[in-house]
Amino acid sequence: MIVSLFLAFFKIGLFSFGGGYAMLPFMQEQTIDVHGWLTTSEFLDILGVAQITPGPISINTATFVGYDIAGILGALTATFAVVLPSFIIVLTISFFFHKFKESKVIQNVFQGLRPIVLGLVASAAVDIGKDVFIDFKAVIISIIVFVLITFRKMNTITLIILAGVMGVLFY
Amino acid sequence: MKLFKLFMAFFKIGFFTIGGGYAMLPLIQKEVVDVNGWLNEEEFLDAIAISQSSPGAVAVNISIFIGYRLGGVIGSIVSTLGTTLPSVIIILVVAVYLYEYKDIAIVQKVFLGIRPAVVSLIASSVVVLAKALGFSVDKVIFAVASFVLIVVFDISPIYVILFGGIISGIYYNKFKKTPKQTKELYKEEGEEK
Repeated sequence: MIVSLFLAFFKIGLFSFGGGYAMLPFMQEQTIDVHGWLTTSEFLDILGVAQITPGPISINTATFVGYDIAGILGALTATFAVVLPSFIIVLTISFFFHKFKESKVIQNVFQGLRPIVLGLVASAAVDIGKDVFIDFKAVIISIIVFVLITFRKMNTITLIILAGVMGVLFY
Repeated sequence: MKLFKLFMAFFKIGFFTIGGGYAMLPLIQKEVVDVNGWLNEEEFLDAIAISQSSPGAVAVNISIFIGYRLGGVIGSIVSTLGTTLPSVIIILVVAVYLYEYKDIAIVQKVFLGIRPAVVSLIASSVVVLAKALGFSVDKVIFAVASFVLIVVFDISPIYVILFGGIISGIYYNKFKKTPKQTKELYKEEGEEK
């Protein structure tokens, strides 16, 4: 059981590019369709918790699914297995990046990649915004936070806590 | 001491970001660029590019990349532990004791408040990073093209990065003089604000 749990989550970690939500279809396939460890509604419940607890969604989901299937050992196994492929691959890339980052080719590639990543991050704001701005109150919270961080340079963690408090007061 | 700082920075990041993925970027940027000065803004964008084009969670990938940069393999193990440990602890507590907690109304309300804040945090990251990159016509074209391809044409970010990197490599090689030197490539670590 622990071995197949490890292999399933290693596969999930290895083949899901784009992180977070991009991993969920793989997770669903492995845990529901391939191994039958969970039902769809159990999976959705777990996902609901993973979204509202801190940390990366895929790590949260892996820990929870692992716990559900095989207790604390299962949770640790699934989490370790889902991170391991990233670890090996990013470490390898980091090694070569730091070795060759002075090279002209790498400099040229990243010269254009920086603005491209900027566009990508901006698109993430739009993407999340589409689901978030469901009413006027959400827009107000968003404006308050933007003003506080841009013009007052307020601490990010303080702002997240403040936004949570505003959520309780407004809704 | 550096390893401990690294661990604490990523533990904080793992502990305080709800929503995962890009929602984590503003806090990572704050800890890594503003507070600890481990990377400058350009290097932070490089880290995102690499993290996005590798499999797995973006936040975890960034922590591996930065950990390696600061402390080699040990550094990357420490930072990855920092990012994932809060998740593991919190999820286990929830799974063991509070399975029904997602239905509690107050938690939902807190979440409703945090989500619009996350959009603003990401937007402000974009503003800060854009200022650091500076203005030039080619940069604007790259940024706008990437934004439009993802938002309007729904193209996966991984393809945008892979093909964007190739196009950038060819473009700057053929048509431009040597790229402007990355400023302060190695900032001294450990200057706390």
